[in-house]
Amino acid sequence: MGRPALAVLLAWLLLFAPATVRADEAGVLSWASDGQANVPFTFHDPEDANHMEGFEHDIVAALAERLGERPKLTQNDWEGLIPGLQRGLYQMVIDGVEPTREHKAAVLFSRPYYITSNRIVLRRDQAGLDSFDALKGHTVGTIKDTSAERVLSSEKSITIRAYDEESNAFSDLRNGRLDALLLDQPIALYYGGVSPEFKLAGGPVGRTEYAIAFAAGNTAERDRVNTALDAIIADGTLHRILARWNLWTPAMAEALDDHSDPHVAPVEWDRYRAAITGHGGWRARLIRYVGFLPLILHGAWLTLAVSACAMVLAVGLGVMLALVRRYGPRGLGWLAGIYIEVVRGTPLLIQILFIFYGLPSFGLSFSPFVAGVIALGLNYAAYEAENYRAGLGSVARGQMEAAIALNMTHAQALRLVVVPQAFRTVVPVMTNDFISLLKDSSLVSVITLTELSQTYVRLSSTYYDYIGTGLLVGLAYLLLGLPFVRLARYAEARLGRGMTQQTGHH
Amino acid sequence: MLKGISLAVARGELISLIGPSGCGKSTFLRCLNFLEIPDSGDVRVVDVTVSRTGRRGWLRADERQAHQLRAHVGMVFQSFNLFPQYTVLQNAMLAPRVVKRARVQDAEHTARQLLEKVGLGHVLDRYPQTLSGGQQQRAAIARALAMKPDVMLYDEPTSALDPEVAEEVLNVMRALDDEGMTQIVVTHDMRFARAAADRVLYVEGGKIVEEGPPETMFAEPRDARTRRFLRTLL
Repeated sequence: MGRPALAVLLAWLLLFAPATVRADEAGVLSWASDGQANVPFTFHDPEDANHMEGFEHDIVAALAERLGERPKLTQNDWEGLIPGLQRGLYQMVIDGVEPTREHKAAVLFSRPYYITSNRIVLRRDQAGLDSFDALKGHTVGTIKDTSAERVLSSEKSITIRAYDEESNAFSDLRNGRLDALLLDQPIALYYGGVSPEFKLAGGPVGRTEYAIAFAAGNTAERDRVNTALDAIIADGTLHRILARWNLWTPAMAEALDDHSDPHVAPVEWDRYRAAITGHGGWRARLIRYVGFLPLILHGAWLTLAVSACAMVLAVGLGVMLALVRRYGPRGLGWLAGIYIEVVRGTPLLIQILFIFYGLPSFGLSFSPFVAGVIALGLNYAAYEAENYRAGLGSVARGQMEAAIALNMTHAQALRLVVVPQAFRTVVPVMTNDFISLLKDSSLVSVITLTELSQTYVRLSSTYYDYIGTGLLVGLAYLLLGLPFVRLARYAEARLGRGMTQQTGHH
Repeated sequence: MLKGISLAVARGELISLIGPSGCGKSTFLRCLNFLEIPDSGDVRVVDVTVSRTGRRGWLRADERQAHQLRAHVGMVFQSFNLFPQYTVLQNAMLAPRVVKRARVQDAEHTARQLLEKVGLGHVLDRYPQTLSGGQQQRAAIARALAMKPDVMLYDEPTSALDPEVAEEVLNVMRALDDEGMTQIVVTHDMRFARAAADRVLYVEGGKIVEEGPPETMFAEPRDARTRRFLRTLL
């Protein structure tokens, strides 16, 4: 028991750790999108949560077919999409990205694959507010960094609330914190147009284009994809895809000079509406939850793998830092102190982003999994180090002296006498730390790892079901944490042998 | 703390260091195995000499020499300092195993023998906290003896013990004296010092004020300070 078991566990975790994303794989068209909410762009199929769909998903499939390649999707947080592109995690980003001047300064764009407008969304019971002028003096919600936000900010009397994610914007409209939403038409249609609580009002406002983003300098790939895009426009594939999603717009017809009617029924639109509106009944719900299980299991597995590896790193490094700080030469102890203060004094999120997106500039490039483990491990090592230092401090001085008097070396005295005693006082705190790390591991979702929390966000926002999914995911976290609580109790009991009855009788 | 103390101890002698609290007698004892690093002076045990000159730092080379010296010196503390995570037997086996790389069977054989000698043969597998103070201190003596020292240092070995329990410990020390062990004992127990010591040293203010055989020291102390100290105690 003990060391060999731990080694096996570690080897197992590393073996099954998600492999590095390799963008330059042959025969693969690797692309990225934020699969969280994100209807109708790229999202979890409401009828089968393990399957992705969306009009952009279909466009990529058509492009890949043209290029004779296999599409490969990487899901990343919206904030991380462009950094991931620069970092070489995937070749292109397709997620309703607008080729604005600011964006063009940072990345390359294909020709637009979609042109649309913004639409006003209201609560069903609201009247008026059906034109841009009518919005003046009201509080209007929109998505950050979109053409809708730019349109709204041109009018001083409008109070703008810009959201990262449309589902939050809709919640706030529902509970009256907002008077209206101004959103890209696809979002307005697929969220506002399918819910019994909302309605679209007035006509199109402004104009929005979406284009595919490539890393700066990656002109070869951009040109290759552009050619494929030209082809699927010329043969009507794009028109048919958009028609199936009920997203073909007059602006598209104008821009492509394509006024034909492909006689395609909006099947995807109908299917989506049916899936969303027809989800009543506990039986249907239960079946849906069972369908979530593979995704939740995958998320739980990733959460556990990242947390366990990070904890091993944190414990190892933490012990070293604590020993150096307490017994090491002054200079080293001082450095360890600075490390601890810096790491504890800066947000974990920044550290994760720095290690994943920042360090490659210095030639240090890690896969998302390894970067996540390193970031969490280095962070928790600082807390563990302080924990262990306190533990070492709690061991009576006489223990070290007795060991030295028996002619043990400093290292032997620490290893055989002092550290085992310190460890016992430290186990309860370590248990706390591990459980807290289990939860903090949700931050690695910013570097493309779809762990448990991210799975929750994606599922719940796709189905507007925050309660049922929340309970499922919460349960998964509890189940993950419980074995460690039990393990800690066991360790405490084992290490506690001979340590009870601290007050011996004379 | 200490102001020039010099002491030569013959093989087999039992020396008692007495004096008021804070007089420096414990510090002196701890300098003998370099638990406390003296600013200057020599410590010589059997064939090992460690010299300190001036106030330069304690270097790796010094630690190596101290290591050689400690091989000849065992120590017993007022608060026993047994290792709580190990059984009595394991306490007495640990240092021979890791320092001398003794084989398990040999270390265990020696440890059992010594523990039986100090009257603990029946509690080998108990953890220290479950033993009485007297038993713990005897276990600590056995643990030190397991390293086969030439000199044993005792830092107030019975101060934390009730008188009747202390007697068990003192008996062990008397038995060792009979076997010819060299022992230096810092103690407050004047009866023990008087009855068992070959030589008694009275320390005050970091200096040896007076020394001599117990008969003369206790019966007719020459120095006024020694007289005052003994009067308050006896």
